[in-house]
Amino acid sequence: MKKLLKIVTMAAALGTASLGLSVPAFAWQPDKPINFIIMAGKGGGADKMARLMQSIVEKDSLASRPLVPVNKSGGSGAEALIAAKSSNDPNHTIMVTLNSFYTTPLRQPGLDVDVLQFAPIARMAEDTFLLWVHADTGITTFEQWLDVARNEGRNWVMGGTGSNSEDNIITDFLNTNYGLDMKYIPYKGGGAVAKDVAGKQINSSVNNPSEAIGFWQSGDMVPLVAFTDERLPMFPDVPTLREKGGDFSYFMQRSVVGAPGMSPEAADYYSTLFAQVFASEGWQDYRTKKSLMGELMSGDELTAYWKLQRNNHESILRASGAIK
Amino acid sequence: MRRGEIITAFILGIFSVYLMWKSGEPPAWNPDVPRFANIGYDESGTPGSGFWPFWLGVMMLASCIWTGVSWALKRTPASVSEEPLLDAHGWKMLITVGGGLLGFTGLIHILGAYGAILVFLLYYIRFLGKHAWVKTISISVSVPVVCFFFFDIAMRIVLPKGYLEPLFIPLYDIFL
Amino acid sequence: MDILFSLIDGIMIALQPMNLGLAIVGVIVGLFVGAMPGLGSVNGVAILLPFTFVIHNISGGATSPMIFLAAVYYGAMYGGAISSVALGIPGASTAVATTFDGRPLALQGRAHIALMAAALASFAGATISNVLFTAFAPMLASVALDFGNPEIFALMLLAFATFAGLGGDDVAKTIFSICFGLALSAVGFDIISGEPRLLFFDIQGFSHGIRFLVLAIGIYGIAEMLWTLNSARGDSSISKVDVSFASMFEAMSRFRHAWRGTLIGSALGFFVGLLPAAGATPASLMSYGIAKMTSRDSKNFGKGALDGVAAPEAANNSASTGAMLPMMTLGIPGSPTTAVLLAGMVIWGLEPGPLLFTEQPDFVWPLIGSFYISNFVAVLVNIAFIPLFLWMLRMPFTILVPLVFVLSVVGTYAAYMNMFDVWLMVLVGIGGFFMRMMNYPVAPAVLAIVLGPIAEPTLRQTLMQYETFTVFLTRPIAGPITIAAIFLILLPMVRPLIARIRGGRAGAKGI
Repeated sequence: MKKLLKIVTMAAALGTASLGLSVPAFAWQPDKPINFIIMAGKGGGADKMARLMQSIVEKDSLASRPLVPVNKSGGSGAEALIAAKSSNDPNHTIMVTLNSFYTTPLRQPGLDVDVLQFAPIARMAEDTFLLWVHADTGITTFEQWLDVARNEGRNWVMGGTGSNSEDNIITDFLNTNYGLDMKYIPYKGGGAVAKDVAGKQINSSVNNPSEAIGFWQSGDMVPLVAFTDERLPMFPDVPTLREKGGDFSYFMQRSVVGAPGMSPEAADYYSTLFAQVFASEGWQDYRTKKSLMGELMSGDELTAYWKLQRNNHESILRASGAIK
Repeated sequence: MRRGEIITAFILGIFSVYLMWKSGEPPAWNPDVPRFANIGYDESGTPGSGFWPFWLGVMMLASCIWTGVSWALKRTPASVSEEPLLDAHGWKMLITVGGGLLGFTGLIHILGAYGAILVFLLYYIRFLGKHAWVKTISISVSVPVVCFFFFDIAMRIVLPKGYLEPLFIPLYDIFL
Repeated sequence: MDILFSLIDGIMIALQPMNLGLAIVGVIVGLFVGAMPGLGSVNGVAILLPFTFVIHNISGGATSPMIFLAAVYYGAMYGGAISSVALGIPGASTAVATTFDGRPLALQGRAHIALMAAALASFAGATISNVLFTAFAPMLASVALDFGNPEIFALMLLAFATFAGLGGDDVAKTIFSICFGLALSAVGFDIISGEPRLLFFDIQGFSHGIRFLVLAIGIYGIAEMLWTLNSARGDSSISKVDVSFASMFEAMSRFRHAWRGTLIGSALGFFVGLLPAAGATPASLMSYGIAKMTSRDSKNFGKGALDGVAAPEAANNSASTGAMLPMMTLGIPGSPTTAVLLAGMVIWGLEPGPLLFTEQPDFVWPLIGSFYISNFVAVLVNIAFIPLFLWMLRMPFTILVPLVFVLSVVGTYAAYMNMFDVWLMVLVGIGGFFMRMMNYPVAPAVLAIVLGPIAEPTLRQTLMQYETFTVFLTRPIAGPITIAAIFLILLPMVRPLIARIRGGRAGAKGI
């Protein structure tokens, strides 16, 4: 009996020691699986990223409980926002967000969601946008593209993901500021848009690099201009819109947020967790390959960033008549 | 059957009308748009957001009226059948089984999925199925246990726990 | 010849002990996940994705984890038929058509024949499409690019047309059922206008739409069970099949009567699977429709025709392989499952796209080799497990029914992770019971809710872009498909007319 007791004690001590080694001590730790809401459907850009984060956590045993991904793509993110907001256990509910985090509460006031109530955990990246056309059009510069698109008027078709979304905002910007009259067709996902540009079903798109990279490498699609502040390392020959005289850059945030009502201790825990994910080789690799920008951001800095972004989006949507 | 036929058609007809009314709803952020502004084509020739469901609702209503006319003319088998929709056996089945199912779903909110499965299986196998207690208990206990290991542990699909959640924390400590 | 050598090399790599072991484990896991109502290949693949990182760490390459996922995918596609036949609940949308004849066969006590036919047809379908894949992969890649919105809509129209004869005898109720399914598919969010719509009674739960599985499990899992309970009275179990070697061999030899459905399904499945957005569900539905239309025995469809099991099963497995092609060569997933596979490939550092075949042959050929191996393993494992599934059917009704209800409820929750969908499923089930009693056909509604979400946006996107309906007739690929669809829709109306004219003439001669 004594022996058994000794073994048990030893095992317990060992267990604590090994735990102590792998994870630093926290004021709070999850004691059940963590509900990891993805604000998009299976297979999209956000989903790929979320599953990469989950697998990094899993592979390097960063968390004491698994992240359980749940896709809630309904209502352009409305379903995810509601699920997070009404969660009865905010300490075990985190969510991967994109820009619909700002636009959906603005467009659907009935949801009664204030994004600043969500706990800031980590901004993992900012995705970038480029203007793409098919190589067979022969267009190689932004100026050429403007000429062609202007001549074609309404017959120049731009595809993008969703309505009043990131792609639509950029298209509206180009239409108003460069005297274009392009037609915007909303698609369900960026992959389908890139495919239709490559298949010459539509004329151009503003895909993220990750969506168009395959067709770029095969020489089907050509990037003309980047909507970033500086040139992207992956596309050193592609000028930014700012170089071309436009006062506009636009990013897609990829942030992890905590459900409203999450305790500060829990938020700290997740911030540390995702900082580890951010620093991991897997994540850094992915950032390089997919040409992602944006440094790690968390805490009050992240809340301030959301506030700024939300106000920006509010004025953009108001200007385009998508909200009142 | 004859009464059931017309009542069903009537209820489905009402649903069709509700569907049409709902299709024409203006967007929440813009109350200035009148109802039913979106059920036709817009200026570029594209059907609006309410087009598809509205006209489907119209067709549904038409087919309900068609069923009603056939009923009045006694042209379909159901409209001349004097057999009751459900006899005593049928009603009893529906109340005990259908009611049990509703109770089961409701219990998930309180006892969580695993507790509710246990109670539902006990109820069904013992009281509706009249099986022996040994058989009843062995099935009702083993199914939630197998489900827990399949869903929560192996598949990492966390089923709801209701008020029994604290009981599962030690299990997570061991298996996750 | 190069292809043949590469393929043999690939198969040898897939046969290495570790890879073979992974394929076997993957197939078994997939088979059980697929057999659960509510869980299909997409759940299996998504859930096991993190696990593949462990494999990735051990093997050091992307090949072994991909082989594992491909095996899960195959296993799940085989498994889908099991719940369709044994429980009458399609576990995933790809297996809906399998219930049409699989269920009647099970009720007639011939579940072993149906399960065997499903397994063998799946094997044939996957094998045929593997061969097509190997031989023509790079060539066929560009076909997907030629399919824009007008073409996809035309294809959906064709899928509907092949199903024109599916409804019951009551035309009004059949029309109601089709429109009902299509209307429900519009609930939730309209991507074209970016507005939520049809949130019934302003309940936010509807914002993600009425999911296919909610309707399918409600109708097939709950309503059908209640209906059976009501009509079965004292009868205590569904069917009594004795499990013996003799009966298994008998089932195997019966399969020769299903070669036509198998061939139709295999060929059609592969080509429909190639197309983005279409995938295995329309493929299986169309194959069923065409097998029925071209059969001399078409009256028997829906009452337990073996071709009616073989055609959709051959098609959904064939399409699953077909759907891998645009995913690998264009980076476009043709189905949710391939979307998750794509995510996996990206995470392992591979770049699916037009250059994958030339730049990553070390990955591609072992993977293709593993399709052959997984398929072979899957059919053996599946046949080996048939007695187990038959044993399930031998349970007394008073035990099987509550277990089906538990699986329906838990499966719905597992698929969507919210209680709203579970409640909706239960209510659909009880409402569906009354509609079933009043002879409203349910299959058209289930079909409509699958095709509706593809058909409506592509129709509107097309009209937005081209501003005219004639585009469906004038485009080189959409045109013939649309015309074929219209022809098929009109056929049942024209046929009695022709018969009447002919009959009239014959009658006149007689006088």
